[in-house]
Amino acid sequence: MARVLSGRLLGSALRYLVLIGGAAVMVLPFLWMVSTSLKDYAFVIEFPPRLIPAQPTLNNFLEAWTAGNFQLYFKNSLIVAVSSVVLSVLISAMMAYAFARFNFPGKEILFFGILLILMVPNLIGIIPQFLLAKTLGLRNSLFGLMLFYVATSLPLNTFLLRGFFETLPRELEEAMLIDGGSYFTIFARMVMPLSAPALATVSIFSLLGFWDEYVLALTLIDDQARRTLPVAIASFHGQHGTDWGLVFAASLIAMIPIVLLYAALQRFFTGGLTAGAFKG
Amino acid sequence: MGKQGLQARSGSRARQMNAAFTFLLPGVFLFLVFNIYPLLKALQISFYDWSLMPGTPSEFVGLANYLRAVRDPVVSLAFRNTVLYTAITVPGQIVLAMAAALLLNSLGRLKVLLRTLYYLPVITSWVIVSLLFRYMFQSPNGFINYLLVDLLHLAEAPIGWLQSASTAMIPVWLLGIWKGIGWSMVIFLAALQTIPLELYEAAAIDGAGGWEKVRHITLPLIRPTLVFVLVMLMIGGLNVFLPVALVTNGGPQQQTEVVLTYMYHQAFDFLEFGYGSALAFMMAVFIVSLSFIQIRFFRRPEEVY
Repeated sequence: MARVLSGRLLGSALRYLVLIGGAAVMVLPFLWMVSTSLKDYAFVIEFPPRLIPAQPTLNNFLEAWTAGNFQLYFKNSLIVAVSSVVLSVLISAMMAYAFARFNFPGKEILFFGILLILMVPNLIGIIPQFLLAKTLGLRNSLFGLMLFYVATSLPLNTFLLRGFFETLPRELEEAMLIDGGSYFTIFARMVMPLSAPALATVSIFSLLGFWDEYVLALTLIDDQARRTLPVAIASFHGQHGTDWGLVFAASLIAMIPIVLLYAALQRFFTGGLTAGAFKG
Repeated sequence: MGKQGLQARSGSRARQMNAAFTFLLPGVFLFLVFNIYPLLKALQISFYDWSLMPGTPSEFVGLANYLRAVRDPVVSLAFRNTVLYTAITVPGQIVLAMAAALLLNSLGRLKVLLRTLYYLPVITSWVIVSLLFRYMFQSPNGFINYLLVDLLHLAEAPIGWLQSASTAMIPVWLLGIWKGIGWSMVIFLAALQTIPLELYEAAAIDGAGGWEKVRHITLPLIRPTLVFVLVMLMIGGLNVFLPVALVTNGGPQQQTEVVLTYMYHQAFDFLEFGYGSALAFMMAVFIVSLSFIQIRFFRRPEEVY
């Protein structure tokens, strides 16, 4: 009996050991980034490297935040990401509701198109998208970037929300119809509020995607004043070559909104919506 | 009341069509203009020697861009690199994520904290983690070299990771696996929680060990989730672009190009829009057909919906 028990304890200790070791591998690069950002330029190429800086300083953060247009880039990112999320979730929810509740001609074809776009690489359309933005005068415009973001996020969001809407009971909706409500009041007063958790999940993942989006922003925007953070950070790296402390200080500032969001809304990140979308 | 009530219950057909149309309008408009049109336009451009000069007409060249792609040695190299990236990072992510999920699921304490830490790379931007890996794999004074040479004595001299074609993809693979584990793990965890505990208890009574339980209960029951993750990761792997663009950018000497970075360079560095579109289109056809085959192949008849 004692042997079985100690065997269990050993097994349990081993599990913790393996998992904590794994977690260390996941986190170490971030610690290394933080550590580098706290070192003044001269100490960055120190050898052997020290994880805990001898003289930690916030100079890199001050410089990153005040240098050049960083605050402007931060603002640009915020404007584009937030407005894209609002529009994308609203428009996707409307489409998803139409798919979940109505039969209309072309439904199958349209849904097939959405699935197809989901599978096709995002990048495949980058050349025509660039030409399209040029033709429509949407280059170097945050509004243009937003339109592209909303459009590229529609297929996945519609797909996920359709799955969720189909699980909502129809009886309430029918009762509202009999009481003289229109489909729009049903959508706004009932479907959307009942779907708050699903909408939150979709919003968060869209926000993450928009906050990090790099290729479209790089391709469609040349004007430095209209840059968003990912492009700015990548070019920061180019300009400041080896000044990693500054690059990582800027990166960490860019990560703050996401980390805060993650800390506050963790259950939506790790909830089962993406898993549940696939009928298991 | 009877007739009216019935009609209101289903809503009249015209009323339904009106509503459906209005709900669909903005989304379908954006979808057609920004998703479908570019896809078709890419197909068209791929048959042309596309001219960017206003006033200079683009020349129709038929399949010339596709033939060029088939003969281009960099394309076959890039294709190999793409497939290799997928072949390494997809099993790597799935095995490690599954192991982490199974272990985490059996824990009492620390579960939430550990899950949070494993998920951290998932929510961090590709740009940031790519720069970070590039920094860590620097030579000779990067952190990884310090770890291998000075701390663990696994290597005799610093390795020039990004300078040599034979090692430059290693940081990219590791980055792909490291960043992706948390995503699959969370999905596996959600699936594991749907398995009734009684099944394990019954198996334990029948004398099944830990591994046998995993093989005969866990894996068969979460099979649909496993297939879903596999298909998603394969599509993601074949679409690899950012980590390559930001860590190696195809270098040294185009040796680490993947199909999409090569396409992007052809299009936006050399303004070969026709050739770039042909490359993009070939890749898209490849990925979509592979996904369909995979879904057909892995899904049992009762799982088709």
